[in-house]
Amino acid sequence: MASGSWIGRSVERVEDGRLLTGRGAFIDDHPPVSNLSHAAIVRSPHAHARIRGWDASAALAMEGVVGVITGRDVAASCKPFGVGVTAPVHYYPAATDKVRFVGEPVAVVVARDRYLAEDAAEAVVVDYEVLPAVVDPEKALEPDAPILHEAVGSNLAGHRRLVYGDPDRAFAEAEVIVRERFRFPKYASTPIETYGVIARWDGLDGVLTVWSNFMGPFIMHPLVARVLGLPENRLRFIVPPDIGGSFGIKSSIYPYLALIGLAAMKLGVPVKWIEDRREHLLASSSGTDRVAWREVAARNDGTIVGMRFKWFDNVGGYIRSPEPGCSFRPTGNFVGPYRFQNLEVDASVVMTNKSLTGPNRGYACGHLYFETERMIDLLAERLGLDPVEVRRRNLIDRASFPYRTPTGGLYDSGDYAATLDKALVLAKYDELRREQARARAAGRYYGIGLALAVDPSVSNMGYVATALDPQFRAKPEYLPKSGAVDSATVKIDPLGRVIAILGTTPQGQGHQTIVSQIVADELGVAPRDVTVVDEMDTFTRVWSISSGTYSSRFGSVGTSAVALAARKLKAKLVEYAAHLMGVTPGEVEFRDGGVHRTSGKATPYSIKDLAGRAHWNTESLPEGMEPGLAATAVFGFSVARAVDAEDRVNSSNTYGFIAEVMAVEVDPDTAAIKIVKYVTVHDAGTIINPMIVEGQIYGGALHGLGGALYEELAYDDDGQLLTGTFMDYLVPTASEAPDIEIAHVVSPSPLTTLGSKGLGESSSMTVPAVIANAVSDALRPLGISITELPMTPTRLHDLITRARSSASEPRPPRSGHPRPEPASPTPLQ
Amino acid sequence: MKPPRFEYHAAHSVDEAVALLGRYGGDAKVLAGGQSLMPMLNFRLARPAALVDVNRVAALAYVREDDGVVAFGAMTRQRTIEFSPMVAARLPLLREATRWVGHLPIRSRGTIGGSIAHADPSAEYPAVLTALGGEVIVQGPRGRRTVKAADLFEGYLTTSLGPEELLVEVRLPAMPAGAGYAFEEFARRHGDFAIVGIAAMVVRDGARCAVARLATAGTGPVPVRLRAAEEILERDGLGDAAVAAAGARAAELVDPDADVHASAEYRRHLTGVLTVRALKRAIAGATS
Repeated sequence: MASGSWIGRSVERVEDGRLLTGRGAFIDDHPPVSNLSHAAIVRSPHAHARIRGWDASAALAMEGVVGVITGRDVAASCKPFGVGVTAPVHYYPAATDKVRFVGEPVAVVVARDRYLAEDAAEAVVVDYEVLPAVVDPEKALEPDAPILHEAVGSNLAGHRRLVYGDPDRAFAEAEVIVRERFRFPKYASTPIETYGVIARWDGLDGVLTVWSNFMGPFIMHPLVARVLGLPENRLRFIVPPDIGGSFGIKSSIYPYLALIGLAAMKLGVPVKWIEDRREHLLASSSGTDRVAWREVAARNDGTIVGMRFKWFDNVGGYIRSPEPGCSFRPTGNFVGPYRFQNLEVDASVVMTNKSLTGPNRGYACGHLYFETERMIDLLAERLGLDPVEVRRRNLIDRASFPYRTPTGGLYDSGDYAATLDKALVLAKYDELRREQARARAAGRYYGIGLALAVDPSVSNMGYVATALDPQFRAKPEYLPKSGAVDSATVKIDPLGRVIAILGTTPQGQGHQTIVSQIVADELGVAPRDVTVVDEMDTFTRVWSISSGTYSSRFGSVGTSAVALAARKLKAKLVEYAAHLMGVTPGEVEFRDGGVHRTSGKATPYSIKDLAGRAHWNTESLPEGMEPGLAATAVFGFSVARAVDAEDRVNSSNTYGFIAEVMAVEVDPDTAAIKIVKYVTVHDAGTIINPMIVEGQIYGGALHGLGGALYEELAYDDDGQLLTGTFMDYLVPTASEAPDIEIAHVVSPSPLTTLGSKGLGESSSMTVPAVIANAVSDALRPLGISITELPMTPTRLHDLITRARSSASEPRPPRSGHPRPEPASPTPLQ
Repeated sequence: MKPPRFEYHAAHSVDEAVALLGRYGGDAKVLAGGQSLMPMLNFRLARPAALVDVNRVAALAYVREDDGVVAFGAMTRQRTIEFSPMVAARLPLLREATRWVGHLPIRSRGTIGGSIAHADPSAEYPAVLTALGGEVIVQGPRGRRTVKAADLFEGYLTTSLGPEELLVEVRLPAMPAGAGYAFEEFARRHGDFAIVGIAAMVVRDGARCAVARLATAGTGPVPVRLRAAEEILERDGLGDAAVAAAGARAAELVDPDADVHASAEYRRHLTGVLTVRALKRAIAGATS
């Protein structure tokens, strides 16, 4: 097979055979140890309460119960988790003094089976002193709000004011200023497989082994080791071959690794816990709900000169790492695809009595672009310009790449204008506008929305420090953070077949397929001759702090490591073959699965031939060559630097681009939204497998649609979750999926080995924006502007009813919002 | 999400099932399609001492016409009803409503008797039973009795059936030839329980309306027969003004609750909108 022929093809996924026939190996399938006991977690029914005590005696007396771990044991045996802010938030694997959200673990019951464990969990008595709750991030900062963490003194976990350029001057000199307030909902991912943990404590060796569907980042490994008081080389994390989806959510499983690990250590039995769906909705993880105040300053021709963001991000009862990534993960791409240089970001990270938050597909970018793209449309409306035109006037142009953003991002490649144009052509934008004119003339509500987004992938660990004050970061004892690395090992067995070993934790992305394509191209073999092993094991794999499968990083960093490892091995084969031929390596070349003389006649050596000789007869190796046919490569980005003194950071390593157009029709009588056109064009550099890419885009789009229209972890004022089952937490299904038209523009990344970028989060970050713009455009005749998601039928109906009833009255001018200072404007130290 | 301990009995006849229910003195639940009961058990919202499984009672699965009445054995699956030629011919409103019931796997297990006995006010079958003025036959320790739709639904998930009684048959009067019908529903997603559903049937007599039938799903604790709206049509005919008046009246006749999916006001509004839409479609399909 000629080289270069597998990358770019829709090779069928090697994973699908086993997955579609029920042969996947998930955490719940294969007990790795015998005699497992089963855990049920006792959870708080209260949003906010002081714990006066625990009484597990009745539970301990029940049939089949092995033991009970309470918050008292947790307090005695664990240290709190490290958090990403300097505020003294003490976050333990289970509540030790107070509960701060409904569903917070307060005890673990371990029994012979899960049924008995759940029976006994009902018998654990926890004595609560119920306290008033607060769930709204703005209300939580009011002076009389209940305080969750007395040691912090307020509910503000962190606050930063980041200034880039001269926003005050930009606003002072602006010809037009548009202001708006937005609310973004708390929603999650609901992967089909929930969390699962199995822990075994080996008291003789002092090793705790934890199997789980944890996806990384493996920074959580030292974090958990510290909580349990274990040396890192006595804590073993193993991830089974298959994970049933995650979309970021499973990065936040780590408190349970500590909790179930502690149960195994304390009770001396291997313990298994599989999270059920109710627990998952109640207490796993979600994105933050956010209140955002936005301002854009522009010239009358639509040129944006500056923006101001003021955010209140609600991280729930505790700030759990990697939060406050909700605010800072997109630091490098705060400006999106636009050229403006002046920006002020005022970010308050607030704790309330809701469940905890963390990465959720598009981590913080769904929020960011919903606000920005709505603002662009509002600006266009104010200026009477076409929203396409306003965007075009502000796009970073093609000649500027690589482009350094004012916030420190380094956009590696792109052609934003061409991508937007492709989306407009595919959507027949002008025809959509004509259709809209016809619809409006007929009294129908038809609207067209646009959304553009810079799609960041491969987080640079360094961004987390943006949450810290520069003065704090300047202290000599402070250790700067940066990096994004992945490893891969490629080895050839004595009969010439290839095994690639990864340190990744795929959750359905198809790493085995992708790696087999890459290795097949590099070594000139068929993908079926490449076996890919991706069962992460911290004792045997080469890994680092940033390892894992998150932040759409495999398409950039993992694939680079694989290609580099294969190339290393190829170089060794070339050197070996040249030695066998009695020529210099410069006189041979690797092609078609073997090593050939560049000129002159000589029998080529196939990989199989070389592998057999190298393994069976090490005497045949050239002098000084290391025996064995294996190569490991660790790929890291040199552009991943620590945040600088001016709060600039290249928060990701590769940056793709998305341009979308959507047309909707709204039924004003039922408030139903019908998507009549949806076009999404992506630039993710080199595409390795178009079919897999398409699947990611479909999934991302549906995920975004969930947040825009259906999904919300809604709470009442007492902090009770109102959407705790799939009857109430509505995940869009195939029936809700619109037709999705996908196209690509390819601007290869200069930073990755193959030119590829990540794409796993993709349209999850644009759909909330594009549909909000489309619906706002549809309802413009009624003066309706969407500023809050999800657009539930009730909310939309209320807007329509209010608009219709005030239609006869003059419309009040949209007044500028006040810009209240946060309750505690002093940055925390 | 594991149920507490319970006894399990697989009944093979109606008599055996009723005897088992009697043995537990009201502390047993009937397991039909299990589409609502199983989640309630797993959530520990229902904690019966025993389940009486009637899936093996072959005598409870039938569809037959009997003197102008279509009779359904309680264990007739929704999927069977969806494809029954007799239902298509004699109860096309029920057939249309069935397509709104959940998704294929749910309809494959779910039964007409289970849906009605469960009495979820947002479900489609209780609305159709109410609109068409059907009845159910129940069997208990003291024999069989017939309960009319109007006397069946007492509140949210509550019927007038005794705890030792088993719903054995659902009876719906066959729709008159030429009747127009429609089932209109608004739900946030395909297959969800209705936010509001409207079952409508009209029998035309020239320009006059001989019979109008309207009932709701999702507008309160029980399905609501919209008799006063029906009367407008039967009095004023089937013109646009009468239809609009019936819709407005329908909205006044319901007293919906608010929940996380819809406000009471929105449900009331939808009742009017969907009544008009259902009537327009029903009228368009009616032949005199």
